[in-house]
Amino acid sequence: MFKKILIANRGEIAVRVIRACRELGITSVAVYSDVDRASLHVRKADEAYYIGPAAASESYLNIAEILDVARRSGAEAIHPGYGFLSENAKFAQACVDSGIKFIGPTAAAMEMMGSKTRARQRMEQAGVPFVPGTSRALESFDEAEQVAARIGYPVMLKAAAGGGGKGMRLVGSPDDLESALEAARSEAQRSFGDSEVYLEKYIVNPRHIEMQILGDEQGNCVWLGERECSIQRRHQKVLEESPSPLVDPDMRRRMGEIAVRVARAADYTNAGTVEFLSDQEKNFYFLEMNTRLQVEHPVTELITGLDLVHLQIRIASGEKLPFTQEQVQIRGHAMECRIYAEDPDNHYFPSPGKITLLLAPSGPGIRHDSGIYEGWTVPIDYDPLLAKLIGYGTDRKQTIGRLLRALNEYFVGGIKTNLSLFRRILNDPDFQAGNLDTGYLDRLLALSAGTASAPAGGSEIAAVAAGLFAVLEPIAPSSHGTSSHGGGDRNGTSSWKRTARAEGLRSG
Amino acid sequence: MTYEVTIDGKSHRLELERADGLWQCRLDGRQIRLDAVLTRRDVLSVLIDGKAYEVKRERTPTDMHLWVGAERFAVELRDPRSLRSRKGSAADERGAKKLVAPMPGRVVRVLAPAQTEVEAGQGVMVVEAMKMQNELKSPKKGVVQKVLAAEGAAVNAGDVLAIVE
Repeated sequence: MFKKILIANRGEIAVRVIRACRELGITSVAVYSDVDRASLHVRKADEAYYIGPAAASESYLNIAEILDVARRSGAEAIHPGYGFLSENAKFAQACVDSGIKFIGPTAAAMEMMGSKTRARQRMEQAGVPFVPGTSRALESFDEAEQVAARIGYPVMLKAAAGGGGKGMRLVGSPDDLESALEAARSEAQRSFGDSEVYLEKYIVNPRHIEMQILGDEQGNCVWLGERECSIQRRHQKVLEESPSPLVDPDMRRRMGEIAVRVARAADYTNAGTVEFLSDQEKNFYFLEMNTRLQVEHPVTELITGLDLVHLQIRIASGEKLPFTQEQVQIRGHAMECRIYAEDPDNHYFPSPGKITLLLAPSGPGIRHDSGIYEGWTVPIDYDPLLAKLIGYGTDRKQTIGRLLRALNEYFVGGIKTNLSLFRRILNDPDFQAGNLDTGYLDRLLALSAGTASAPAGGSEIAAVAAGLFAVLEPIAPSSHGTSSHGGGDRNGTSSWKRTARAEGLRSG
Repeated sequence: MTYEVTIDGKSHRLELERADGLWQCRLDGRQIRLDAVLTRRDVLSVLIDGKAYEVKRERTPTDMHLWVGAERFAVELRDPRSLRSRKGSAADERGAKKLVAPMPGRVVRVLAPAQTEVEAGQGVMVVEAMKMQNELKSPKKGVVQKVLAAEGAAVNAGDVLAIVE
C-alpha cells in the first residue's frame, strides 16, 4: 500500500480523496493555486504545496509542476479526481515515466476511449450495441429507404459534416423520407459545403443511464449498478440516482455485462463509467466511456456499500478486487443533488463570492460532500460546483422525502445557489413518478416558476421578518459591495448609525 | 418603527413595537402579536400563536431575499424616516441609471463604449466568471455616459460598471 498520495485537484473531490487517504492511513499531499490558499482541501491535507497562478492552465493543468511537487514531497501515487488532468493520457504516461503511479486506467486505455472512431471500431467488434443506422454517408434514396425500414421509424437524417442542428431532419414515416432526404442534403450543402447525409434511429425521449465498472490489474472486472443521469441542463448533469426508475434486474444485468465487455475490450483498469443512451422501452446503446471517477460516484457507494476511492487506491497499489460479481449487492436507493454557485433568477449564471452563512444539513440518510466553509470566498476561476447533497433511503420515495427535508435545513448565504431548483424537481409529480428523459429539466424550467402550491401567509411572515431583521440585526450600508470598496467614512457612518439605532431601541 | 416593505414586488406597510418582551406588529393595518429571537446571524426564529417559523436572510451585494421554510421572497425595505433611502429612491426614478456587476468576475468585452446610444436591454459589457460569459444589459434607453471598468479588469459584485443616462 502507498504511504503518500498527491491529489492533483481542488474543491469537494480533493477533500473526498484526502478523507479516503486519512481513513487508509496514507499521508495526503494537496496542491493549490494563488486563489486556493485558504480552500478547504488545503486545510484538510497533511501537506500542501503551491503550484501556480489562478488560471488552471498554469496550475491544476501544469503537468511539470505537479510532477515536481510529487517528487519533492515523496508521493508514490497521484489521484487526479475528475476534470483537470483526470482524462489526460499524456499526464498518465508522464506519471509512469516519472516512476509515480497514476490512480486510474493506463494511458493506452484512455487514448483508445478518447478516440471516437477507434473506440467505435473496437466496441463494434466486441458486440457492443450502438444506435442503429449507417455509420457512413447514404449512397442513394433506395439505400435510405432500406435502412429506415430495417431499423424502424422514426429516423433522423444527419449531415456527416454537421453540427448545430443544420442538415438534420426527423422523419416520422416512409412517405416523408424522400423529401426530407433532399431537404437535408441541400441544407448540408449550403451549411457545410458537403451534402453527405447519414441516417440513425431517432430515440424518442432518450434517457442517459450509465454503468459503474471497476477492474483490477489482474484481469478481474465487475459492474456495480447503473446511475440515471437524465436530469441535465446544457448537457450538464444536475441530479443523479441509483437505481434508475426504468431499469429492472434483467436490464441491469444486461447493461452491466455489456459495460464489462467494453472495459475488457479496452484492457481497462481501475474505476470507469460506461455511458448509454436508453429509450423508454429499455433498449440501450453505447455512447462513450468516462475514464475517471465520476462526480456522481457517491450514489453507487451508498447502494453497494463500497468505497470507490478506497478501492481505486487499493487496485492502483496492486491489490486484487476483494469481491466477485456475485458478491455485489444493490440495496436501497440513493440520489445526488449537485449544489452549484449559480443564480436561479439570472439564467443559472455562476455566482461566486463570499459565503457569509452556511447551515449544512445532516440527519438520517444524508451525506454532504462539500468543498466549502463559512467565511470562504468562492473563486471566479473554476467550476461552480460547491458541494453534493446525497440522500439515501430504503426506497425512492423515502430518499426523496429525506432530500426535501435536508434541503429545508440547508442554507448558503452571501452567494446564490441552485438549492431551490432541487425543491422544484423533487416536488414535481413527473419526477416522483420516474418519468424522466434528457429533455425533462428544460421542460420543467420552461413552466413559470410560480410555486402555485405555496401556502398563503409565507409572504406576510417574510414582510414581518424583514422588519424584525432590520431592528435586531441591521445591515451596515458598507456591507453592500466588498470590504475593499467601502470607504472609511462609509464604515464610520454605518457603525455610528447602528449605535444610534440600538440606543433608540433601548429608549423606545 | 415603521417600514415600507416590498415582498416579491408587492408593497406593505409595517409597524413594529416592543410589548412585554414580545412584538406587536401592524401589517397593512392588521394586528399580529409574535415572539421573535435572532438565533444566530441571519437566522430568525418566529413564533405566532404557537406556530414556528425559521426565517433565513440571504444577502448579496445587490439584493436581499428571505426564506420562510422552503419559500424564497425578494425583499426590499425602506425606512420612510431615513434621509438616505428617500434620496436613493428619488434618484432611481429619473436620470442616470447604474449598470451594476451582479457577481464578481472579469470584464472580457465592452460592447458599448462611452457616448454610445443604447436601447433598454442592449448589451453594454460582457463579464466572465467561472468560465461562463454574462452579457450585462442596459437598464434603460439612453446614452452610455461613462464606462468605469476596462476590458480585463477584475470586478466585485455590486461594483458600478457603467452609467447610462
